[in-house]
Amino acid sequence: MAVIALDDVWKFFGNFPALKQVTLGLEPGSCCALLGRNGAGKTTLLRVLAGLSPFQRGSIEVLGSKVRSAEARRQTGFLGHGIGVYEDLTARENLRFFGRAAGAKLDETALNRWLKRVDLARVADSPVRQFSRGMRQRLALARTFQHEPQLFLLDEPFTSLDDRSIAMLGELLGEAQARGATMVLSTHQIREALAIASHVALLDQGQLRYFARRTDEMVEDPRTLYRIREELGIL
Amino acid sequence: MSIQTKPLNSSDAAVPSGPATSANSVVVDRLIYAFAGLAAILLAYNLYQIFMVLGDELQQGAIYRIIFFHVPAALTAFIGFFVAMVLSVVYLSTNNLKWDSLAAAINEVSLVFACVNIVTGSIWARIIWGIWWTWDYRLTSMLVCILIFFGYLLLRQSIDEPTQRARLSAALSIFGCVDIVIVWKSIEWFRTQHPGPVLSIRTGGGSMDPTMEAAIYRNLIPLLLIAISLVILRARQESTAREIDSLRRRLM
Amino acid sequence: MNGLSYAWAIARKDLAVEFRTKESLNAAGAFAIVILLLFSFAFDTASDEPAELAGKLLWLVFAFAGALIFNRGFAREMPNECLDALMASPIPAASLVVGKAFASFVLLLIVEAVSLFACGIFYNMNWTRRLPALFIVFVLATWGLSIVGAVFGALTVNLRLRELMLPVLIYPLMIPLLTGAIELTGALLTNQPLTPDVLLWGRVLIVFDVVFTSLAILLAEAILLN
Repeated sequence: MAVIALDDVWKFFGNFPALKQVTLGLEPGSCCALLGRNGAGKTTLLRVLAGLSPFQRGSIEVLGSKVRSAEARRQTGFLGHGIGVYEDLTARENLRFFGRAAGAKLDETALNRWLKRVDLARVADSPVRQFSRGMRQRLALARTFQHEPQLFLLDEPFTSLDDRSIAMLGELLGEAQARGATMVLSTHQIREALAIASHVALLDQGQLRYFARRTDEMVEDPRTLYRIREELGIL
Repeated sequence: MSIQTKPLNSSDAAVPSGPATSANSVVVDRLIYAFAGLAAILLAYNLYQIFMVLGDELQQGAIYRIIFFHVPAALTAFIGFFVAMVLSVVYLSTNNLKWDSLAAAINEVSLVFACVNIVTGSIWARIIWGIWWTWDYRLTSMLVCILIFFGYLLLRQSIDEPTQRARLSAALSIFGCVDIVIVWKSIEWFRTQHPGPVLSIRTGGGSMDPTMEAAIYRNLIPLLLIAISLVILRARQESTAREIDSLRRRLM
Repeated sequence: MNGLSYAWAIARKDLAVEFRTKESLNAAGAFAIVILLLFSFAFDTASDEPAELAGKLLWLVFAFAGALIFNRGFAREMPNECLDALMASPIPAASLVVGKAFASFVLLLIVEAVSLFACGIFYNMNWTRRLPALFIVFVLATWGLSIVGAVFGALTVNLRLRELMLPVLIYPLMIPLLTGAIELTGALLTNQPLTPDVLLWGRVLIVFDVVFTSLAILLAEAILLN
């Protein structure tokens, strides 16, 4: 069973097609790097998958249920451009609130474990307002991962995160992958993405132009991807 | 699984509600002319009847004739707001922007007719009551109605993305229309200076000369026809504007 | 978790933040007092029956102060794009709107209590005579204001002119509710008998609350997805 199954998906802003004819299936445990230029539709695709944005044609199944069904959202961890934590709540309150929102049964020990995990145990009861950028990002990671979703949708995770958070994200993603979770991440940082990706998808003008297993060749020589792009005629 | 696809041409991009084709547009043109022409003929006939055939009303004299525009304008406006609400529901359940254009056009035209109603009413009030305006509940309700749908236009203006604009304004159209129903239901519970209902569908007959009442209904038809031709015109502009927006997005 | 408990979680979160920062409480409370003060210049406060005037003034004050609270409701979700995080979680959009409305409802009731107290002092008005009935009117009318405020807070949250658009859109819609609240409050403050005429306004309040709460629940998803 595919974790994500998109069939001929079209999304329009007015008459403008932001996603065209996207058909894609992802197996459990795969990690798909979503590549493409600005405005190619990466963020749109992730938002549609997260159920944040309605689409007009085609069908999308996420983890066997319709996209944006409560079941699909319960199993999804979404990290968008914004980090999605409240400035006026403490780290602990943030995790508790979002954990409850995700329907996860999180007791205090689990919360403490997560706070320790992202190295925020010391400041667990200070408001996020006082946190540094890196601390907020780590809190956002804990928020995204704490309910152990089966699917991760990450929009440009490497650009908004600092080095330490990226390392932590890599670790967390590795663990999630080990337990069979699937992930889709959009990125411009091809090197970082290829290091963890099992699949590569290329979007251009809202269209999925290329989707294949990541090859070792791509990792060794990132120019391979540029070559593929050129062959497809994507400027 | 691996995929490699050819780029879709923009012509392949079969949009759910594309621009009107030229053949289509000719039909629409003819429709607009037909409705407007018919309205002109009926209006000419009605005006002749109203001014030359019907006599003055006993108490009000000549000015009562304004009712032949005052009441049908209000009816046109209310029919419009109601139809627009239904179309908004249809848009929200089908996601077809054609319904949004139509709803927006209807709300806009209805707003104009609501203004006609309030202006004619004001002229009448100046003559009969000696005042332009009174905070009578029915007058106030019409003003509320105008304010709500003026807000609708403001809202549409302040959103650039057509799909979001369609969804949010559909929601407002529904809220607005339901609110008007609540406002108008409470009229009957409130003392009012405005003349009571005169049309026999409301009173069961007897309060108005049947020939006059018939003239009111007869004048509703041309006003509705004018409204319809304006709506078609505006709806087409609305879809063209959307097409322009999508072309602009394509360039970005 | 069902829809109501989600709504409760949202409301609790919002109230926790609000009681910590007191952003909208302070603003709306201060605003209400200032308006009451300004009214004292505009009207003859030495008139025989200040309570008659107060019934009218109070609801205008609440509507104005309410707009400040409603504006904050969804705007609070904008920093760090928390709204996306909420919408991507299993919380139904309807629970989000109802939860926000409930938080605004509690905050507005607090502002109303303060205003009523201040009004009693400024205008030498006895408002305690028929407190239980007054409380029911306040609850019914405030819920109506809050649910409309929450829906339109959600509707305008992404607009450039959010702060300006919200009042323009909500005040015309609130007119039947405000009229009813003014009539009932006026009658209660002046200690007049509740004639069937006046009681009918209670029905308007109830109809308004029920109809708009249902519409809010039905349309929340359409309003909040983009």
